[in-house]
Amino acid sequence: MNEFLEFISNNLQLFYILILAIFIGVELIKNVPSVLHTPLMSGANALSGVVIVGAILVMLEATTILSLTLGFIAVVLGIINVVGGFAVTDRMLQMFKKRK
Amino acid sequence: MSISLSIIYLISTVTFVIGLKFLGHPATAKKGNLISAAGMILAIIGTLFLHGIENVPLTNYVLIGAALLVGAVLGWIIAMKVAMTKMPELVSLFNGFGGGSALLIGLIEFNKNVGVDPSLKLGPAITTTILAAIVIGSITLTGSLVAWAKLNGSMKDLRLPKYNLINNLLFVLLIAFSAYIVMMNTDSFVLIYALLIASLIYGYLFVVPIGGADMPVVISLLNSLTGIAAAITGILYGNMVMLVGGILVGSAGLILTFVMCNAMNRSLKNVIFGAFGGDSVAAGAGNIVGGTIKKTTASDAAVMMNYANKVVIVPGYGLAVAQAQHVIHELEELLTKKGVDVSYAIHPVAGRMPGHMNVLLAESNVDYDKLIEMDSINPQFTNTDVVLVVGANDVVNPAAHNDPSSPIYGMPILDVENAKHIIVNKRSMNVGYAGIENELFFNSKTSMLFGDAKDAITKLVTELKNM
Repeated sequence: MNEFLEFISNNLQLFYILILAIFIGVELIKNVPSVLHTPLMSGANALSGVVIVGAILVMLEATTILSLTLGFIAVVLGIINVVGGFAVTDRMLQMFKKRK
Repeated sequence: MSISLSIIYLISTVTFVIGLKFLGHPATAKKGNLISAAGMILAIIGTLFLHGIENVPLTNYVLIGAALLVGAVLGWIIAMKVAMTKMPELVSLFNGFGGGSALLIGLIEFNKNVGVDPSLKLGPAITTTILAAIVIGSITLTGSLVAWAKLNGSMKDLRLPKYNLINNLLFVLLIAFSAYIVMMNTDSFVLIYALLIASLIYGYLFVVPIGGADMPVVISLLNSLTGIAAAITGILYGNMVMLVGGILVGSAGLILTFVMCNAMNRSLKNVIFGAFGGDSVAAGAGNIVGGTIKKTTASDAAVMMNYANKVVIVPGYGLAVAQAQHVIHELEELLTKKGVDVSYAIHPVAGRMPGHMNVLLAESNVDYDKLIEMDSINPQFTNTDVVLVVGANDVVNPAAHNDPSSPIYGMPILDVENAKHIIVNKRSMNVGYAGIENELFFNSKTSMLFGDAKDAITKLVTELKNM
């Protein structure tokens, strides 16, 4: 238990940011019209692809065949999430814009 | 980490917040998406070139480059090729990939703990973080894949006996198991793989019993979980862009989940622990809807609409499946030319995801002003001459108002039964996605126009042109 408290106190800033970010996320989405829910879900999904940064970091430090292989898959999956997510959201939003 | 990389991450984080903010307004949504995308590219490039890790072998760079290229091309092709009707499946699939990525990162990080000197072992806090990434990543991976398979029809609902009990027990077991691994401070890969497999199974069991109509809520929830998994890996590296990006998705996804539940008048608990389970189907079957149905033909329906003053079209997923978005737009233009006032009534959960129908109709150039949301259109039904329901069922089911035993009781619906005439286009008398009968079809004002949506509407258009 002590180690946990130590971890929290060593990374206190991290936890402040974490909690504040939760509130920002809630405030940003609270009043979105239902028309935009599908693009929003897809856009947020693309954002969760930020895990790719971790996958790249892991790959940079990888030394064994196992970690290189797993890391390779992690990077592929992450970048599909990022590129596909943003691209498809853009395609969807394009449809709302092309009139007028 | 170099100071320039920290600044890049800060900029990326800000673009994420602004991007999400802009995504919430119709006028700025497209810009918002591009802003976030730019921030993401910045973060990826920054990580690649400014990571500050020493002595990285060239092979690693080559492999990363290859992985990025392969994945980016794949993602792009999938995104460009997919039909708009398949959007919910796609979001689910991409989401599963994000979860998979998080779980692999967790596995590799745990690997660092194997066979090292006890003094260098990862502390319990770090181990907890790694395990959380593995568990949540696995649940989102299999959960999203199941959601994807169910939405594209290749997997059916499956309810094991006492599935709620089994799922809850498994969930408690996962937590207890993780706690055990942390306390033992073990480096046993056997235990980690056992935890991994248990989590993957839990993800499957968690989603597989949930009814089709609730799938959007589940996808949104899984989306939120992927965000949390990304944030947890962010804690692992003390990486702010991952932490904030992930948490934003996590909390935004959770709020979106609640908003969707509200639109269907269901609680999240209800969705997860399943009122659309075995019991409610029995209750729905007990509620016998009687009476006779009245069939109509395309020419009769065309006459009725030709002489109407006001026509409201209620599009449902059936319209999208039949790819009838374009021909319905033709019908609407034709009627407008003849002086009929035509609009579309959009239920918040029409289609397979909230807002999905708007995307589909926008794709076929339907004027945005003609899409009327439920609260604005409902009072207008009393002076509507003809309502044309195409491929929608549960969102126009009056049982939501007057049958407390119905699983959809309390869900806000489109009050089409207030109109003077109702024409329902359906392929057959099969029940809707929620699996319940619809007494609207037996209403004396209702006439049924059977047939594939595209064929039926095309015939309507032909008839109208000849008038």
